[in-house]
Amino acid sequence: MRVFLSAVYLFLYAPIALVVVFSFNAGRSATQMTGFSLQWYGKALSNVFLTDALKTSLIVAFTSAALAAVFGTMAAMGMERLGPRLRAVFDGMLAAAIVVPGVVIGIATLVALAGLFGVINPVLAELSSTAPQFQMGYLSLIAAHGLFSMALVAMIVKARIASLSRDIVEASYDLYAPPFATFFQIVLPQLRPSILAGFLMSFTFSFDDFIIAFFVAGAKTTLPMYVFASIRRGVTPEINAIATMVLVASLILIALAWLLMRERKPHAA
Amino acid sequence: MAPEAISDLEFRHLTKRYGEVEAVSGIDLSVPKGAFLAILGPSGCGKTTCLRMIGGFEQPTEGEVRIAGQVVNGIPAYQRPVNMVFQHYALFPHMNVAENVGYGLRQMRPRLPSTEIDRRVGEALEMVRLGSFAKRRTHEMSGGQQQRVALARAIVNRPKILLLDEPLAALDKKLRGDMQLELLQLQRELGITFVLVTHDQEEALSMADLVCVMSAGRISQLGTPQEVYDHPTDLFVADFVGKTNRIPVTVDGGVLRLADGRALPGASALHGSAIAALRPEAIRIARAGDGLPGTVTHRIFLGSFAEYAVAVPGIGDILVTTDRRGATEADLIAPGEAVCLTYDPAAVLVFPQ
Repeated sequence: MRVFLSAVYLFLYAPIALVVVFSFNAGRSATQMTGFSLQWYGKALSNVFLTDALKTSLIVAFTSAALAAVFGTMAAMGMERLGPRLRAVFDGMLAAAIVVPGVVIGIATLVALAGLFGVINPVLAELSSTAPQFQMGYLSLIAAHGLFSMALVAMIVKARIASLSRDIVEASYDLYAPPFATFFQIVLPQLRPSILAGFLMSFTFSFDDFIIAFFVAGAKTTLPMYVFASIRRGVTPEINAIATMVLVASLILIALAWLLMRERKPHAA
Repeated sequence: MAPEAISDLEFRHLTKRYGEVEAVSGIDLSVPKGAFLAILGPSGCGKTTCLRMIGGFEQPTEGEVRIAGQVVNGIPAYQRPVNMVFQHYALFPHMNVAENVGYGLRQMRPRLPSTEIDRRVGEALEMVRLGSFAKRRTHEMSGGQQQRVALARAIVNRPKILLLDEPLAALDKKLRGDMQLELLQLQRELGITFVLVTHDQEEALSMADLVCVMSAGRISQLGTPQEVYDHPTDLFVADFVGKTNRIPVTVDGGVLRLADGRALPGASALHGSAIAALRPEAIRIARAGDGLPGTVTHRIFLGSFAEYAVAVPGIGDILVTTDRRGATEADLIAPGEAVCLTYDPAAVLVFPQ
């Protein structure tokens, strides 16, 4: 049994470990270790195409995560007010949104945005010949990722709202704070860790996503897309270096999110 | 005595319905300024709903709530000059003690100067004897201390009425006794009208000037603790406030008769089937003498007094409480002994069945 378990973990993590190990290879080969070197990290970071893709990915990840944090929280708060029946429906739809395959979200967003642009762009052109035209790029990437992440944030924040006692909100009303003031002084501070956790998970998701981005990126290239494209020219230690950097960044963010979510337990009943 | 110009709290035909269910049914009540009112009743009697309608967390379906003479129907909680001590304290977990206590003052518009807020928070904490706890996190404190923070957080705003929702229910017995005294002192010192909701009759009797016994959404009796205890208006109040022996009788020409035809000492103007109510402490128990003969079946030793269950043929079990003052060990009666019960016939209250 233990051997079996060890084998499972070996198969799971050995390839990842190999990627990390070969990112420090001195030679060109991705299969033969010829010495230790950091040169591929240097090469990767001085590659203009790569830094460009990195920039795109960071902008998309940050913006979509920020939007998701705001609107996901609002959705979670709104769902709190629903009746039990309707709420079950919305709960189910949230969970469904998270398990829908990326391919489907990608195609759906592409078709929807293409349709929308098809309506808006002629109108814009009609209004002014110099008006900018909508096209696939940052906007469509942020929209697609933000939409998915919103469900993620809503799920996380909803769990926190459910554990929030109604008493402290009433206590705040009782102490002369109107609903708006109560939200900012009492509710938001209680939700902050879970909102931040949702933001970090969304950021990580967007930063790592290939499938959805592939459909809606238009002329833009995100980091995972760049990696995918360059693999066609063969796996180099440079790719390994990129992968290792992405891996470390993702792990740090996820660990942070996890810490935030389990914090704030000391509730003396 | 000049009539009170304006009472701090008044209900006028107050009714609250949740769909088909009527939680509070047309209550009229007027509480004099500076009184300590206890609303007492079993769970589900509507007492908490009443409190929440004063606080502004629920709005009446019909009737009026008046605070200091003003109708407050429709006015939200955050605009009412009342403050509440919640059952589970409801302290803000992300704020320390001083921040919790100062919360209400910080909401005041126009803003109060921060020096005044600090001064008043300090005073309130002194009043509840938590002067040195200002910087503590609330979850590091004991239940009794959290209770005091909740109290300070309410009184610091100098409300017209202080609402207390079963504030002592979560404390242990010893602490509860101390807190009762403290609450009473605080109320005398501040002169604020206190409204306490509780299901604990001992709590209501020991603290309040005025006890309002509620049952099924209505007021069963309103009076001083002595009135409510000594002269309950119905069987429900007699039963709920303190312990009572219920003896089924038939009233015939002013005489109480047991089922077997024997006469029971006591009198009533009623006619027909009735229930005679007799407090356990009004009954004297002796090993011999005239009176109702019976046999002790149980004895509960309670330190300063003892409680006996006595099986009386033709009536059933009668509860008797005896003060142990001046009693010797030999005076304690053991289960199985034959006894005789006597009482002052004036202590018997008779209610229609």
